Amino acid sequence: MLIRFFFDLRSAGVPVSITELLSLLQALEARVAYCSAEEFYWLARLTLVKDERHFDRFDRVFAEHFAGAERVFEKIVAQVPAEWLQMMAERLFTEEECAKAQALGSWDKLLETLRERLKEQKERHSGGNKWIGTGGTSPFGSGGYNPEGIRIGDQGQRQRRAVKVWEAREYRNFDDRRELGTRNLKMALRRLRKFARQGAADELDLDSTINATARNAGWLDLKLRPERRNAVKVLLLLDVGGSMDDHIRLCEELFSAARSEFKHLEHFYFHNFIYETLWKDNRRRHSEKTTTFDLLRTFNSDYRVIFVGDAAMSPYEILQPGGSVEHWNPEAGVEWMRRFTAHFPKLIWLNPTPEEHWGWTPSIRLTQELVEDRMFPLTLDGLDRAMAALRRKVVS
Amino acid sequence: MTDMRFVGSDHYIATDDLGMAVNAAITLGRPLLIKGEPGTGKTQLALEVAGALGRPIFEWHVKSTSKAQQGLYEYDAVSRLRDSQLGDPKVADIRNYIVRGKLWEAFDSDVQPVLLIDEIDKADIEFPNDLLREIDRMEFYVYETRELIKARHRPIIIITSNNEKELPDAFLRRCFFHYIRFPDAETMEKIVAVHYPNLKKELLAEALGAFYKVRETPGLKKKPSTSELLDWIKLLLAEDIPPEALRSDDPKKAIPPLYGALLKNEQDVHLFEQLIFLNRRAR
Repeated sequence: MLIRFFFDLRSAGVPVSITELLSLLQALEARVAYCSAEEFYWLARLTLVKDERHFDRFDRVFAEHFAGAERVFEKIVAQVPAEWLQMMAERLFTEEECAKAQALGSWDKLLETLRERLKEQKERHSGGNKWIGTGGTSPFGSGGYNPEGIRIGDQGQRQRRAVKVWEAREYRNFDDRRELGTRNLKMALRRLRKFARQGAADELDLDSTINATARNAGWLDLKLRPERRNAVKVLLLLDVGGSMDDHIRLCEELFSAARSEFKHLEHFYFHNFIYETLWKDNRRRHSEKTTTFDLLRTFNSDYRVIFVGDAAMSPYEILQPGGSVEHWNPEAGVEWMRRFTAHFPKLIWLNPTPEEHWGWTPSIRLTQELVEDRMFPLTLDGLDRAMAALRRKVVS
Repeated sequence: MTDMRFVGSDHYIATDDLGMAVNAAITLGRPLLIKGEPGTGKTQLALEVAGALGRPIFEWHVKSTSKAQQGLYEYDAVSRLRDSQLGDPKVADIRNYIVRGKLWEAFDSDVQPVLLIDEIDKADIEFPNDLLREIDRMEFYVYETRELIKARHRPIIIITSNNEKELPDAFLRRCFFHYIRFPDAETMEKIVAVHYPNLKKELLAEALGAFYKVRETPGLKKKPSTSELLDWIKLLLAEDIPPEALRSDDPKKAIPPLYGALLKNEQDVHLFEQLIFLNRRAR
């Protein structure tokens, strides 16, 4: 039963592994959850799901798979073998209560009564109000007091029916099926790293200290060196607004991943295509602009340039002077792109739209030509290829 | 095992599912990874578990510069070098220069301890991967002295994360995972009650009402959380603000007093004031 559940989870996109299934079974064996659908749900989620983004998927599979799970649990309780009941009773009752039970009659009779109670509970549970041990007059447990910690005698919030917990689907907002997490992005961006030692010498270089001390006939000679830093410089140019609105999330993630990976990261925004000005702050894009000439002068050619944009626009916006949708541009976008490719030998374009759709949009094909086929999709594989392209030695 | 159930404490309300998560982690000896909005008591949980079960606690607060090795041990080569210059007899034994980390201390504890690894996501992206074997087998090898350190009692490990970085799959597989949901109004009432038992009913009801209203303001960068609510109530009590002042029927007093304790972000305060202003104009 759980095996099918396991495969259903996997096909629903919850990444569960055999180890996790085994630890769930182990937990069940250790009786962490006991005869309650709600507890079983919590335990299964605890052991199988490792990310709140998957909670919603898990909830849906769980609801589907264990539709009527409560009834199953009730059936189990109704069919409990006598030994189980006995064991349960031994755990459930203190000696004092057992003594009291003696007064009630024989042990067998006690078990009989307990079984009756369990049945009664099953029937009443659907009404959702009463559990064993809540009555106060019952010899079983005193008002939910539970000496051995078996949850069967618990009360209080129990009435909240378990099914509701997963049917509420509270974690819906967390699920977004993104192919690229920040972690993946970072791992991909890491390939660009190139460490170099720069700046003040403030780290103890143990090896050369030992070496120098030995050469010094045992007198300590401390050697310091600068800390290793990622020396790669990156210039990130992001398309904002218009057709890019659908990809904002992805771009933000890329941006935050890049931010923490590179010490030298500069970013600028553009709309649809690059023209004579770019800006750094989206809210003040009309007041604080940087001319593209300045940018080309400021950043030398060892910067790696990453364009992020869907390149979906009218071809005029690239080819014609005055083609921009926002302003009158005296020079066509294509001229600016040529200046960029000439100045920065290491330049790529990341496109968040799927690669198979590129052929259908003329402006994408055009841009692809302009960046000399260094356009890559914003997927893990695409990012890998992009980073490889950025690392490649440029033959001049 | 049965005497080790965690159900919360006098000043910490654990929901049933959280209690279950802690107990499952204790029973099976797995680390428990706790995530949730900031201020929902993730770090507090470890302290409370230790307190409730009467166990010693070892806290390892992770920073962006932390290395996994620091949790195990560090070899202080520099002071050994210095001692050798001074001719200190200590220098002959390398063990004098092995500085124990939190994990080692926890492994060496006489009774089963609670080990808190706080904010694991702050560290470098490879940090969790470097702890796999330690967490799985509860042992590690000290290369300098060639000894194998084994945990005397498998510690109860509680790990918190703020989701700044995603954790590697191999690490997640070894943990149990619990997400602390933001408490509903009912639970929140209980939480406030354990912190301020003498709080007047009306004030609490009004404060909670105002609090959830602020939380529902669309577009807030940082929603106020439990710890902010508790701080705010503390301020309200200190300033002796009457419950009526919190009611927002009166348009002139629509902004709850001392809201600086709830909203920590300048942009949020700005947004909130603007919304209130718009509301007022609409009347």
